[in-house]
Amino acid sequence: MKSWLPILLLLGCCASAGPPEHRSGYHLLGGELRALQDDDFANPGMLWVDRGERLWNAPGGPREQSCRDCHDEPANLRGLTNRLPRFDAEADRLHNLDTLVRDCRQQRQQAEVLPHESEDLLALTTLIAHQSRGLPLEVTVEGPARAAFEQGRASFERRRGQLDLSCADCHQRLEGARLRGETISAGMVNGFPLYRLTWEGLGSRQRMIRWCNEAVRAEPMDPDSRRALALELYLAWRSRGLPLESPAVRR
Amino acid sequence: MSLSARVRIPTEARAGEVVEIRTLVSHPMETGFRVDSFGRRVPRNILTRFSCRYADREIVSMDLRPGIAANPYLAFRFVADVSGAIELRWEGQDGEVLVERGHLEVSAA
Ligand code: HEC
Ligand code: HEC
Repeated sequence: MKSWLPILLLLGCCASAGPPEHRSGYHLLGGELRALQDDDFANPGMLWVDRGERLWNAPGGPREQSCRDCHDEPANLRGLTNRLPRFDAEADRLHNLDTLVRDCRQQRQQAEVLPHESEDLLALTTLIAHQSRGLPLEVTVEGPARAAFEQGRASFERRRGQLDLSCADCHQRLEGARLRGETISAGMVNGFPLYRLTWEGLGSRQRMIRWCNEAVRAEPMDPDSRRALALELYLAWRSRGLPLESPAVRR
Repeated sequence: MSLSARVRIPTEARAGEVVEIRTLVSHPMETGFRVDSFGRRVPRNILTRFSCRYADREIVSMDLRPGIAANPYLAFRFVADVSGAIELRWEGQDGEVLVERGHLEVSAA
């Protein structure tokens, strides 16, 4: 990735530091891309939903069980994705959609692990997320989740990388500014997993975090780590109330 | 992602009616010019041809080029005149082929 530094220095002088706009990245898309997202046929993310449906019905593991054998319709998982990440008090950890699907597949279906960002994992997570389309994001940040939430908030505010920028620098303070042909959004996560034209493919929230970290040349985070999941929890809380759009389309 | 398509093929029309076929196919359309994060060149991997036959006539055919974005979306319209089979066909550079079929029933106008 090329350096954004000169552009950012330029922006720094004139961008206003208003409060975070609570708006989905959808509103920054041009008419054509909005139409693409809204068209359930042409939305390229739907290719993964289709593939997810095939995998949902495919037997796997030693007992040749499919997801359907235990969960029946994918629609039974409506209302799950909009509440993730979620704190699992027993295991003393946060779960996001990826960890839930990977764990269930490994422990209950007893099939081979699905690697992060693999087409199969994305197909299943997009299928599941899609069931909650239209439901408002609402995560629990009180009680046992509080410590992770505070960790996530601190992480969002902390400057990082060679460019020494925090997530908040771009997604709160520079929101609406133009950067290398892109308009910086409020950094909402209600569209994920989503199709980005620059990726020519689908990605999870954690892939987006990695992409932004790379952009400021910061150390990548392990997507299963407490740090990464805590940051995701904070992002989901910032996006509270926004309707889930998965699979959204972004530039 | 493995080659697969979403297609919307009309099943019924009146003679003379303009109907639309919509297609979306999963394919990386790798140009051969990109390098991966290890600096290795990603080999070219593209679909080279799309065609549509309707009632034993080829009504659409096109060559696809590396400049086309991943997961190509193609839609086109034509006039329904006779009942007949519809066959959509994508061909990849290494000879892989994906075919989707439908049938259009045309009634008198
Ligand atoms: C052997 C039965 C079985 C199979 C096969 C299975 N699951 Fe599960 N799954 C469960 C049980 C039991 C739970 C925990 C109870 C619950 O929350 O519904 C669960 C939980 C989950 C959850 C979390 C649900 C929640 O509300 O917290 C997800 C997501 C999930 N499974 C996805 C999958 C996917 C995707 C597959 C196929 C790759 C799959 N499961 C295969 C039995 C199974
Ligand atoms: C140098 C500026 C910059 C920094 C710093 C940055 N991002 Fe981003 N981020 C972008 C750009 C540019 C995009 C793509 C355009 C958009 O959607 O905002 C983006 C997109 C996103 C999106 C997707 C928004 C959507 O609508 O889909 C999320 C979520 C996000 N960033 C989170 C983060 C997090 C978390 C951090 C801190 C680890 C971070 N960003 C740091 C510039 C930045």
